[in-house]
Amino acid sequence: MHGSGIQIWFFIGVLLLVYGVLILGYGTFELATGSYPVGVQLTNLHTPIWWGGLMTALGVLYCVKFRPGRA
Amino acid sequence: MFGLLPVSIAAGSFSPLPALLSFSVAPMAHLSLLDMVVIAVYFGMVIWIGFYLKGRSNTSEEFFMAGREMTAWIAGLSFVSANLGSLELMGWAGSAYQYGILATHWYWIGAIPAMLFLGLVMMPFYYVSKTHSVPGYLFLRYGEHARILAAVSFAMEMILMSGVNMFAMAVVMKIVLGWSLTFSIVVSACAVTLYVALGGLRSAIFNEVLQFVLIWGGALLVPILGLYQSGGVSGLKTQIIKNMGTDSYFHMWRDTGHFASNPMGTHWSGIVLGLGFVISFGYWTTDFLVVQRVLAAHNLRAARMAPVIGSFFKMAVPFIVILPGLLSLVLLQNSDGSRRQLVPEDTVKACMPMSSDCAASLKKTLLTAQVQQDVLNQKVTPQTELHSYNEVLPLMMVRYLGPGLLGLGITALIAGFMSGMAGNISAFSTVWTYDIYKPLINKKGSDSHYVLVGRLSILIGVAISIGAGYLVQNAHGIMDYVQALFSFFIAPLLGSILMGMFWKRATAPAGFLGLLIGIISSVGMFVWVKFDHAALGIVALYPNATDMAANLYRAWWAFSITVIVIFLVSLVTRAKPVAELDGLCYSCTVLPKEEWVPWYKRVWVWALLAICIFAALNIMFW
Repeated sequence: MHGSGIQIWFFIGVLLLVYGVLILGYGTFELATGSYPVGVQLTNLHTPIWWGGLMTALGVLYCVKFRPGRA
Repeated sequence: MFGLLPVSIAAGSFSPLPALLSFSVAPMAHLSLLDMVVIAVYFGMVIWIGFYLKGRSNTSEEFFMAGREMTAWIAGLSFVSANLGSLELMGWAGSAYQYGILATHWYWIGAIPAMLFLGLVMMPFYYVSKTHSVPGYLFLRYGEHARILAAVSFAMEMILMSGVNMFAMAVVMKIVLGWSLTFSIVVSACAVTLYVALGGLRSAIFNEVLQFVLIWGGALLVPILGLYQSGGVSGLKTQIIKNMGTDSYFHMWRDTGHFASNPMGTHWSGIVLGLGFVISFGYWTTDFLVVQRVLAAHNLRAARMAPVIGSFFKMAVPFIVILPGLLSLVLLQNSDGSRRQLVPEDTVKACMPMSSDCAASLKKTLLTAQVQQDVLNQKVTPQTELHSYNEVLPLMMVRYLGPGLLGLGITALIAGFMSGMAGNISAFSTVWTYDIYKPLINKKGSDSHYVLVGRLSILIGVAISIGAGYLVQNAHGIMDYVQALFSFFIAPLLGSILMGMFWKRATAPAGFLGLLIGIISSVGMFVWVKFDHAALGIVALYPNATDMAANLYRAWWAFSITVIVIFLVSLVTRAKPVAELDGLCYSCTVLPKEEWVPWYKRVWVWALLAICIFAALNIMFW
């Protein structure tokens, strides 16, 4: 969208960042304690860590690139 | 958004409504605190966007057309996202389980050519005429009667579909998570009303783009992990052939030479003419729900580029929808490790709770005789826990996603439902205000008055939607007709718009009559087949054609009838002078010159690339 104000990409960045941090944090806890959810498959791949990490990285990128007030 | 639903949903059999409400089973999943936080963050974000955009939706142009300042990317993503609701995701994943890769036709030939045609050929007319809606274009081209017919039918559909969407979400949440219906309905209705009434179309578009990202973020892990577990594409193929005894599940065209030789029971001519031309072009180029998103673009080039950008994303959607359906054919297991066999929705309805139809319904499934007997005896074993095809996606999510990620997956489904509702309601609000209220009730209101009417129509529209949802829920059989209703208008609308846009001789009475007779004939064919099943041999050219095939052929006939009526009536009625058709008809319009851009930014370059990828994909999965 044109004009001043917050762009949709910034909102997306914030959401990805919050979700990424939450999921990465849980993945780290899971890895540290070794307690994995019952019934979930492929826990050995540590999906929350790499997926949460990816979301965090994308979130940071979008938040910085589309931050309000950036020319 | 229901325009391209799989037949199991479009005909109402997905309908979670009456029967499903009456049984109680343990929910598929239990959310952790982290999952709840993930869902709450989404609701918080949606409301934040609504309040933030409130100050930028004060004029009618801002409220109904998002100020016509969306970039091609935002309009393009919103364009695709408006069609990517959760019912579609779940329904097509279920269809892939039933029909294999044939279901991909609805994403490729059933979308890509039409999206590119909209961008390259039709968009200039919608955009140059500065119409606010598709019925608005009909008014400019054919006059008031055609507009009112299209507007009233469209507004009615939007309200009904919004209600159906709301209840569908509530029941899916009940089945998957055990949430109460009232809780889901109240929360989703309040959130949607708030953000659309506050921010108008701009808010709906923002949330659709957000939803698009969420759907990919929440659903992409399922095919990635599923492919890993099944040993890649070759491993998946080998196991499906072993389980199903045929390789038809991997061929889109090879087995469509005869109705009986493919799992979907359709013929290539129906796919090409009915789906690839009439249904697809009707939906993607004339359904105001999706066209409205592109009309909000900030200039003609962006408006033309938006559907082209959308086409690339549309081609990728089968990866998160069709692939999970195929993977579930080999990966889903019961709690004892045996292979889980999903059944049609009708079987779940007939057997849970037990009814006299259960035995007959079970015979149509692939469940073993022993399991069928156990179900009839109401014996509780891992194999007798029945799940329908349409539950493929939640079942796969529960299989792979732990705390946090499951919340993300569920949020993607909720976002899809809410976005679908918001799309219905925002399109309803525009059509109600511009095409019904303004011409019929108050022609001389101020701009702020129409914005107020738009906001109020959202509140009233949601309230009626809830009532419509309850009506559908409590009246067996109505669901079939409600959803079929939607399909009745697509083909005739396409016929009348194409004739108006590309034949300058088409007259106003012909446009109205063609549309009316096309709708009546479509309804007539539906009712005819409903009461006399033998009519299927005439309507769908094959007595044992599936509902899916019947829909495709009915659309083709309705389109043809509309075009013929418009042609014949135009010959005996007076046409508009050519000067009055500027901006409305292809041969009478000088399109504005677009600004010069380098070759790599030109619309036709990207459209050509999309066509090449589309052709390559079809050949690859021939």
